[in-house]
Amino acid sequence: MANAVINIENAVVSYREDVALRGVSLKVESGEFVGIIGPNGAGKTTLLTIVNGLGKLLRGQVRVLGNHVTPGNGHSLRKRVGYVAQVENIDPRMPMNVREVVMIGRYGVLGLFKRPGRHDWKIVDEMLDMVGMTHLAQRPIGHLSGGEQQRVAIARCLAQEPELFLLDEPTASLDWKAQTEILELVKWIHDSRNLTTLFVTHDMGALPLACDRVVLMKEGLIEAEGHPDKLLTNENLSRLYDMPISSVEKKRGEASLV
Amino acid sequence: MDLSIFSYQFMQNAILSAFLGGIACSTIGVFVVLMHMPFIGVCMSHAAFAGALLGLWLGFNPLVGAFAVCLLSAAVIGPLADRGELSPETSLGVIFSLMLGIAFLFMGLMPGTKSGALELLWGSILTNTRDDIILLAVVAIIVVGLVFVFFKEIQATIFHRNIALSVGLPATLILYGILFLTGATVTTSLRSIGGLLIFSLILNPAAAAYQLTYSMKRMFLLSAAFGVLSGWVGLLFSYLFNIPSGATIVVTSSVIFMIATILSPKRKVKGWQVKTVQERQ
Repeated sequence: MANAVINIENAVVSYREDVALRGVSLKVESGEFVGIIGPNGAGKTTLLTIVNGLGKLLRGQVRVLGNHVTPGNGHSLRKRVGYVAQVENIDPRMPMNVREVVMIGRYGVLGLFKRPGRHDWKIVDEMLDMVGMTHLAQRPIGHLSGGEQQRVAIARCLAQEPELFLLDEPTASLDWKAQTEILELVKWIHDSRNLTTLFVTHDMGALPLACDRVVLMKEGLIEAEGHPDKLLTNENLSRLYDMPISSVEKKRGEASLV
Repeated sequence: MDLSIFSYQFMQNAILSAFLGGIACSTIGVFVVLMHMPFIGVCMSHAAFAGALLGLWLGFNPLVGAFAVCLLSAAVIGPLADRGELSPETSLGVIFSLMLGIAFLFMGLMPGTKSGALELLWGSILTNTRDDIILLAVVAIIVVGLVFVFFKEIQATIFHRNIALSVGLPATLILYGILFLTGATVTTSLRSIGGLLIFSLILNPAAAAYQLTYSMKRMFLLSAAFGVLSGWVGLLFSYLFNIPSGATIVVTSSVIFMIATILSPKRKVKGWQVKTVQERQ
């Protein structure tokens, strides 16, 4: 991959006695949409944090957008990398409206001592329009539903005008309708803005079907990677989750009947 | 009512001290309230108290001792909370109990009368000198100036530290800055308000402002206004009823908080909520 925008080589990350990544290597090309799937504790979130410089490497190296990720260049790198985390618990009385929260995405790019100008507010309004949240722009952020807050998080991330788009379980704890809408929105944004996207999830149902490539992770290692049609087989998924997929479907069916 | 008392130098000093201390404490209070770290005020005030007693015991300026121990506490609390080894509340609780223990230890070790120590505990705004006012003014200007200059970084860090970090802001540095500013503000207000009561002057005006607005800028302004109002009204009651000024200032700030809570628009159904329900019907 000559055009790799992410190049992770033998990354090892440890949190005290737990090893989160055990020598992971991954290359991602410019414009790719990569889905990363695996059970809880597989190291998916840690993989994203070493890409945006928030995670600390014990061994190995990471190159992102042509730069070696080091503790020293994390701040400047993160200005070019958009990150959407899981639905966060936001204080319902937080004295900030939706428009101000999206503006936070511009703050890193603006730099110290500079205040947002008309150009920045124009970008914020465009991003709110893109995620269909213009009508809630003046609403206090704590008053939005989980799905609406994720749309705001995506708008905030886009206001950064990032080159990389990292999404960490953006649909976790959302209902089916909100999940579907967010997934469609993410794919549309990826295509329309020519982004390179890493999409992490533990839920097969939340994996965008239009992924160019899927990475299966388990216990801090990459189990397999490839095209979703070839990789997402019952056999592979049963091995990944240590449970026959047929029995998972059966249990889900029983649960829905209850 | 005889208001000739306000023509005296000591009363003018007290009014100016209440103005400056009210602004500094209540501005810090906005961080404390929005970052859900109310314990930080009580922890820092006890650290300052312990440091001041160390100064009294060893015979150097109590303010220097208070400032040094406050900064030391901030330097310990920051990394403890940052690494996630302990929750911020737990690390603050540990430091708070340690500081309280050290303060009582120094108090026990101090020879002679404990009037100097008790003055720091209860505060004595009426004895503030020109030097105290200059110190309060410097801290108030620094606190307000830093909030003005770094408003966007502070706003993002208060909203969510991880989000601030992920957009490339030095959120950890901002958090440490907030801890150090809290220490500096508590130290300089210690003599005026007292180690026991300063926590209320940090928390109450900001908590009152929090009830009244959904704008962070407005919250800073309201909080500062309530802080100053608490100081001035407290001083007036202290004079009228001949009771300790520290206590009247804190009681006033608590009354302002209660009134704000009762009048809070956040408790009422907003126009847009009614509209949304009507649209759904």
